[in-house]
Amino acid sequence: MITESAPVRRILMTLAFGFVGLFLIVPLVTVFGGALQGGFPLFIKNIRDPYTRAAILLTLQTAAVVVPLNLLFGVTAAWAIAKFDFFGKRTLMTLIDLPFTVSPIVSGLIFVLLFGAQGIFGPWLMRHDIKIIFAVPGIILATIFITFPYVARELIPLMQAQGNDQEEAALTLGSGGWRTFFLVTLPNIRWGLVYGVILLNARAMGEFGAVSVVSGHIRGLTNTIPLHVEILYNEYNLVGAFSVASILAFLAIATLVTKMLIKWKTRQEMILEEAS
Amino acid sequence: MSIRIERLRKQFNGYSAIDNVSFSVSDGEFVTLLGPSGSGKSTVLRCIAGLERPDSGGIEIDGEDVTRIPVQERKVGFVFQHYALFRHMTVLENVGFGLRVRGVKRREWEGKAKELLELVGLSGLGGRMPSQLSGGQRQRVALARALAAEPGLLLLDEPFGALDARLRRELRTWLRKLHDRIKLTTLLVTHDQDEALELSDRVLVMNRGRIEQDAKPQAIFDKPSTEFVAAFVGETNRLVGVVHNDEVQWGPLKFGSYSFSDGTRVAILFRPTDVYVSSQPEGSEVSGVIKTIQFLGATESMEIDLGKGFSITAHVPKGVAEQSGFTQGKKVYITVTRSHLFFSLGSA
Repeated sequence: MITESAPVRRILMTLAFGFVGLFLIVPLVTVFGGALQGGFPLFIKNIRDPYTRAAILLTLQTAAVVVPLNLLFGVTAAWAIAKFDFFGKRTLMTLIDLPFTVSPIVSGLIFVLLFGAQGIFGPWLMRHDIKIIFAVPGIILATIFITFPYVARELIPLMQAQGNDQEEAALTLGSGGWRTFFLVTLPNIRWGLVYGVILLNARAMGEFGAVSVVSGHIRGLTNTIPLHVEILYNEYNLVGAFSVASILAFLAIATLVTKMLIKWKTRQEMILEEAS
Repeated sequence: MSIRIERLRKQFNGYSAIDNVSFSVSDGEFVTLLGPSGSGKSTVLRCIAGLERPDSGGIEIDGEDVTRIPVQERKVGFVFQHYALFRHMTVLENVGFGLRVRGVKRREWEGKAKELLELVGLSGLGGRMPSQLSGGQRQRVALARALAAEPGLLLLDEPFGALDARLRRELRTWLRKLHDRIKLTTLLVTHDQDEALELSDRVLVMNRGRIEQDAKPQAIFDKPSTEFVAAFVGETNRLVGVVHNDEVQWGPLKFGSYSFSDGTRVAILFRPTDVYVSSQPEGSEVSGVIKTIQFLGATESMEIDLGKGFSITAHVPKGVAEQSGFTQGKKVYITVTRSHLFFSLGSA
């Protein structure tokens, strides 16, 4: 029951909105303001800079590898955890959360310790002329590690809540395992899946800490968008930094809007479900 | 199709869900597995469907061993307690699912699905989503869906469990009529004895993973073979006494006991409806006083004090109770017309 009086409620809401405005909206507006400080032509010029374009390309490449892999991993892990009982299930669930609890810098360092020149596999990799650290494979590995909980985290509660009934019904009706997955399971989790993939993608493109450790910051080769923003900023090229940053800011807004649409859509479906 | 279950066993984490269960169902028969929750009845059904793998024992459908055959190849229709309809598909798509996955063409499965919706009395609702239907309608869609792929066997797992009492009775009658029409071998799992007794050709009463009795409904009710069955199927008065000279004495009541030797502790069970109550002696030597009287609808339930701390419950048809003027505190004479004696280890 709501017991607070109307003025108290109004104050609380004002505070909440004020806080969100101050710490989220104002910075976002600043980013776009900074990007357009020198006018639109300068913004376009900054975006079309060869190094910026290389950074955008690398970020897209990374996302193109990481998103499908972690999508596959997330669905598999969620399926296994939600639908079966097996030894080590709790451990697996805890481990999935690991990237959320470890500082990204530490995650990056783990890969350096594994694959760096002085690392465990370093000498072997050197002998076979395989470069992971300070190269694209390192960036991709670090990003995979950082982002692998997103899809699984989104799907596990959803699949647990839905149970096995519909899948079992499909099986008794003569549908095989894969068919059941595509015809019954997938449609039931589709919104959760889309939501998870969007979050996963946003993080994969925006990851800074872990990628920064393994990248080596080689302009045009191993710089992703966030790393490139930092370089531009450190060179006092503020308009350039804000221009590139606005790409990430735009991605963030697109992610939020999609999230809102999905929430609205699933709410509609839930209301329909409950109304009956 | 006929089913034969041979020495089926299944454990979950060391707990025996099914313990050495054997029975058979002949073609076209309607058989019910009746028991309290946790008695293993659902596990038996799920083993037959292939949703659960038994630890040992065999399952034969039409003489063919299906124990190792995966669920999707067993051709059984299964109806779940909570319907398990595909919520992102229309009613028609739900019903046609079994045909669709078998590669039947759209026009064909749609036609068949419409036929089945008609059979379950839901024609015209094919375009709706499951969420737009009531519970009773949903369960009928689930039944139509199970029947669409023309299974040789229909398995119903507490199909009316999630519905209210009136709807349960309605659907029960409807299901029996449907069975009489299509003559499909049916195995029903329920914890509701009225449902089991009304619907089935034969009832298997299960308790703690074992079958306690396998008999026709009438025999389950009138000749329970164990104390559990007697107590589970309908209400009972339960007394405990010791056999002496082929007789058990309990307060003023006497029960003949010919199958137990002297000194044996026995439990005596009899139904409140098997107590004849009269305001005149009519040959009865036992009298008592009506302690409480409770209106149950068609019958009145009376607690009758037999003196010295002994009391029993009797059910009397409402008309009889009114005619005889049974009221609280009235002296009555009773006769127990039918009772069942079981060997008893426990105390009173």
